[in-house]
Amino acid sequence: MTDELLLADVVDGARIVVTTGTGGVGKTTTSAAIAVYGARSGRRTIVLTIDPARRLADAMGISAHANEPSRVEGSWSGELDALMLDTKGTFDTLVTRYARDETQRSRILENRFYQNIAGALSGTQEYMAMEKLHALAESNDYDLIVVDTPPTRHALAFLDAPRMLTRLLENRVYRLLMAPRGFVRAVNSAAQVFIRQITRVVGAEVVDDAIAFFRAFEGMEQGFAERAKTMIELLRSDETAFVLVAAPRADTVVETKYFVGQLEASHIKVRACVVNRMAPLFAAVRSKSTKDLPHRAAVDQLREAAVVEEAHVTSLIEGLGDIAIARVPLLASDLHDLEGIASMERLLFG
Amino acid sequence: MDPAQFFSASRVVIVAGKGGVGKTVVAGAVARAAARFALDTTILEIEGRSGVASSFDAPPFGYHEVELVSADKTAGRAAVRGRTITPDLALIEYLEDHGLRRIARRMAATGLLEVVATATPGIKDLLVLGKVKQLEQTRQADLLVLDAPAAGHALSFLDAARVLHDTAKVGPIHHQAIEVLAMLRDPARTQVMLVTLAEETPINELIETAYRLEDQLRVSLGPVIVNGVLPALAGIDRDPSELIDATSVPKSQLSTLRAAGQWWSKRYARQREELERLAEALPLPQIELPYLFGPTIGAAQSIELSDALVEGVNLLDG
Repeated sequence: MTDELLLADVVDGARIVVTTGTGGVGKTTTSAAIAVYGARSGRRTIVLTIDPARRLADAMGISAHANEPSRVEGSWSGELDALMLDTKGTFDTLVTRYARDETQRSRILENRFYQNIAGALSGTQEYMAMEKLHALAESNDYDLIVVDTPPTRHALAFLDAPRMLTRLLENRVYRLLMAPRGFVRAVNSAAQVFIRQITRVVGAEVVDDAIAFFRAFEGMEQGFAERAKTMIELLRSDETAFVLVAAPRADTVVETKYFVGQLEASHIKVRACVVNRMAPLFAAVRSKSTKDLPHRAAVDQLREAAVVEEAHVTSLIEGLGDIAIARVPLLASDLHDLEGIASMERLLFG
Repeated sequence: MDPAQFFSASRVVIVAGKGGVGKTVVAGAVARAAARFALDTTILEIEGRSGVASSFDAPPFGYHEVELVSADKTAGRAAVRGRTITPDLALIEYLEDHGLRRIARRMAATGLLEVVATATPGIKDLLVLGKVKQLEQTRQADLLVLDAPAAGHALSFLDAARVLHDTAKVGPIHHQAIEVLAMLRDPARTQVMLVTLAEETPINELIETAYRLEDQLRVSLGPVIVNGVLPALAGIDRDPSELIDATSVPKSQLSTLRAAGQWWSKRYARQREELERLAEALPLPQIELPYLFGPTIGAAQSIELSDALVEGVNLLDG
């Protein structure tokens, strides 16, 4: 057992740790615990989280819409910052930084289509998490960056995010929409009919806003595409460790395996797997005189659950090769404050 | 409350909750339970892969309805059927129904659907709800059980109609939004059942979601379904040696029993505290479903949960 790879080894060897998995498996708490470990190892650490439960956010002293790291105080030799992603704020910052001039900047920021997609569109959140990660990775302010990915059904949403906007901008319908109106009218009356039909469905305002947005955005997509490329390379590199977070339930295992497949297809290797909420494992009790005890019923039922769960873990890690596996028992009470994160850290890293 | 009356209170039940609370399994149990009271029930799943089918030991289903449980007249049981709703196909159907067959095909081929969806956030959700409304109006089933999307999207999903109603002032989208809102806001047509675990984070989210659904969207909320509740074990909080003559029990076994008893008692007490807190914060009845220790959810476990659900309904006032 001694040559088994430990989660500590994986985290020690990485500059970026990305936790990924389905919703409701304790991903945010796990990310926070990994970050606490980083700080305790003397590293300048930041955890980038997307939508933490309020008590956890309060415990770490982070607030929404700040878009700035906040310091988490604790008895560690390193440093720990926490940052909650502000999707729209990050997007606004990008537009401000990369716009050609003041006119382009304000044209985009004031566009209603932009306002719609900047905060609300699914995919934008993942995309901005990626942009934020890019900014943090470039800054060299941190030795360890822990990213808690949004709870999505598609692992790739996060990886795919940088491609989202560029793909959107490359869509030929957009190109058509972006062409000057007179040009469209002269060259392609079918396109004109097409636009009119879309207008009938979604309304003229939406179409006009979209056209204005893509005109305003012109010239900026290059930068987005380049950063996307850099990020994907960074995520595939040895500097980055993907940690799969799961719960030992059949439905979660099926979804998590699907995640793993998507990651592999993107040439990303899972380096560690954290299985939360495992039934506590008690030794068998066979003494006859205990058979009517409620305690015996508890032991027997929990053992039954543990056997089933262990089978799920086996199925989960099957074919993942040499990875670190950490099992975290379902605790008698919930973990939602700094103390809870600290006990999680002890369970994960011993 | 009489379960027959309970399950026929509305024509659509939307089962919603945060990821990981077992909402899909609950949706399966609701459908099973309703069918037992002679309601022809169809389970609607959004996109594929959510796994309702496993509650019926059935392969994942698609856009075409399949039978999951057959009717049994002598037992007074109606059938359960299942199908998925896909936003893309719902849009295409919608356009075709509105005389836009050609544009529908072209939108699909050029990827324009993505463009439209980008330009109007929530449109996919509205189309899904529009499809539910269409199915509701055909009255092919007595009850539709919708397994709503998880992961914090329950609210934005259900709220899509209201938001689009406010943003699209005219046109077919506006129309659709009005009709969907009418369905959602009529308690005789729709009720929302929120699912949670007896744990702090999902309960906090449930409370927030419940108030926003009632205040903003004005939907009617059914009882809260609490999944995975530890059963009470009488005497578990006492030391085993107080309950039996423990002299013959090996010491190591005795300490295992103590540890298990402590774990159980503490976890049980935490769950009760959370459920009390929930009851104080949210004046909705609660129905508890037991934590299942055995193997994974299949038809047998789904039947067990639907029994517990019916029992819970029986205990409701009304």
